[in-house]
Amino acid sequence: MFTSSGGGAVSQAPSQDGRRRADPSSTVAIEVSNISKRFRKHSEPAKTLKERVLTLRQSTVSEFHALRDVDFNVNVGETFGILGHNGSGKSTLLKCIAGTIRPSAGVIRVRGRLSALLELGAGFHPDLTGRENIFLNGSILGFSKEHIESIFDEIVDFSGLEEFIDTQVKHYSSGMYARLGFAVAVNLEPDVLLIDEVLAVGDEAFQRKCIERVRGFQAAGRTICLVTHAPDMVRFLCDRAVVLDHGSLIHVGDVNDAVTIYRRSLAAQGHEVPADDQDMLDKIATSGPTSPVRLVRTWVEPPAGGVAHRPGDRVVIGVEYEAEPGMTVRARMAVHTHDGVQMANVSTYDIAGADLKADRHLNQARIIIEDIPFMDGHYLVTMVLQQPDETREYDRSDQAATFDVNSGGPVLGRVALRFGLETGPTDAVTVLS
Amino acid sequence: MTALTNTELPPLLENGTRPPGFFARVADIWAYRDLLGNLVRRELKVKYKNSVLGFVWTLLNPLLYLVIFTVVFSVILNNPTPRYGLLLLSALLAFNLFSVGLTAATTSITANGPLVQKVWFPREILPLAAIGANLITFFFQMTILVVGLVIFRQPPEWSMLWLLPPALVLTLLIGAGLGLMLSALNVYFRDVQHFLELGLLTWFWLTPVVYPFHLVAVALNGRFGDGAERLAMLNPMIPIIITFQRVLYNPTNFNAPDQQEQFTEMIHRSNLWYVENLGISALFALIFVWGGYKVFSRLEGNLGEEL
Repeated sequence: MFTSSGGGAVSQAPSQDGRRRADPSSTVAIEVSNISKRFRKHSEPAKTLKERVLTLRQSTVSEFHALRDVDFNVNVGETFGILGHNGSGKSTLLKCIAGTIRPSAGVIRVRGRLSALLELGAGFHPDLTGRENIFLNGSILGFSKEHIESIFDEIVDFSGLEEFIDTQVKHYSSGMYARLGFAVAVNLEPDVLLIDEVLAVGDEAFQRKCIERVRGFQAAGRTICLVTHAPDMVRFLCDRAVVLDHGSLIHVGDVNDAVTIYRRSLAAQGHEVPADDQDMLDKIATSGPTSPVRLVRTWVEPPAGGVAHRPGDRVVIGVEYEAEPGMTVRARMAVHTHDGVQMANVSTYDIAGADLKADRHLNQARIIIEDIPFMDGHYLVTMVLQQPDETREYDRSDQAATFDVNSGGPVLGRVALRFGLETGPTDAVTVLS
Repeated sequence: MTALTNTELPPLLENGTRPPGFFARVADIWAYRDLLGNLVRRELKVKYKNSVLGFVWTLLNPLLYLVIFTVVFSVILNNPTPRYGLLLLSALLAFNLFSVGLTAATTSITANGPLVQKVWFPREILPLAAIGANLITFFFQMTILVVGLVIFRQPPEWSMLWLLPPALVLTLLIGAGLGLMLSALNVYFRDVQHFLELGLLTWFWLTPVVYPFHLVAVALNGRFGDGAERLAMLNPMIPIIITFQRVLYNPTNFNAPDQQEQFTEMIHRSNLWYVENLGISALFALIFVWGGYKVFSRLEGNLGEEL
């Protein structure tokens, strides 16, 4: 399996002489040089002197490597994703970059002022008003009073909390809390913005606003480091990404590869591969570059009973897209196994001998697989919308939806075959499947 | 949003590391003075938020002391000290600035755990803000003493008034030095805060706040010979406390011999004697601040994960 090659498979490893591969065209914003982080694992941390003294002689302390020799650079103006499953060390890495914990080995260098959105409203005090918290939070992030005053209205405006700005934040809903936190961190215009799984908060309108803001941040040439376990977020926002697996980097570089490798690593460990966040996909579709056809969403209709399909079931894969009425569109669908084997690749033209005709603004189409011949596994659906001559790709969503097949039987393999068994000289036939 | 151009790119700096040296660190804290101010404001605002009387509570405490000690000591116990409440308050406010400030500083990092774990800023801001908030409280409480002195027409020793600012600064430095040390240690051993409680109780009774310094001087001189009262200055709070008493309470206001007796030590000493004593305190303050800086810079790197 790909991921079992462990920490060695890093495409941006330092060269033999220890020097980093330098890219003359870019300037480094965050330099993570061979950092490792070991935590001491106490059965229970000794917090009093007595416990310390009592446990001094018994060396029950075991070490735990949260990060091993992690090494990469983030360039100025880049949006950089850090993907990893829970416990992969991604939060530890982010805390090291933020400077709240020190790596056991290695060095991290950061260019300029860094603002960490590690947890929205981390610096908020519940008893203070929104206004007071804006100033407090801003100064915690290292900005002067004058600077915060100059952008105060912008922050309030962005948060949409004008009416509540003089209310104690303990009366805020968690969504309002998050909005204020995001508004502060993003409007302060730090040189480097660290974001940890926070874009998923707030209502859809606010999320869209956040994404727009992040886009503005990107356009202004600022650096963003985004930590998440949601691959779509990375694919949607990031220029490059790393994948962490048990504290080691297993990929540095291309975003689509990162997503694939991440999914493989999850599948290899038997973790559940996260289903795609539909909201995220909506945003990908609506915020993408102007294209006459936009993919709105892709889905697999759930099986009639249970969570997984059975071999031989009818599987319906739906696609919803926006197009000018009257346009013709070709949808191409591919199905991959979690380990990257392509099981099907078909276009709507292949199936029907004609292309899809958009008769209104929002259109749907469903591709039907009769008697699906797949055995047990997790299958990923990629959807691409093309011009009918296939010279132009309008929009795509890689691994846009997933489905599972569970045979529930003793037979192994990839393909659900119908077996028969004959014994003796062509007497009786027993059909097993 | 303003775009960045290459010319204004800041340098690539190793993160989480502090500038080496004591003065570079002071400059670092100065750069974060807005945060210090905001944290002080936060402490004060939050303390009395949602209370009807609000900041008045800060004033009620010394007022109550003034009334109770005047009633109990002067009326019930028939203590000969004139206006005992004012004598007590002139020392107690300064000692409280030290002890309450130090207590708040010690727990400041553990109390702000989530913040310390999530955002980097110079951590010493937290204990310093705790002491800063108590300094503001001190100034407010001082108004009660001043009003008391005005009501009883008891003028301070104007010619020695200049001794108060250095005495106040020394109180802050001693508190800050010990506060830095203990706040970091408290993250590792929560015993520190409990130990401190007992330590400060002992320290309070070893300092002539409730009883006159005269008794201490007599005891020391009696045992070790003349001039031995200097030994008392090994408690660096004593020079500060007796300076506050001498200047604010100003025992020269009382002329009757039986009133004067217990202040003999304080009245008949020159300004130089007070300055020398404060010098001893300053020496301790330097040791504490330097020790606090050393201990803190040794421990600060792991505060985020030890919490």
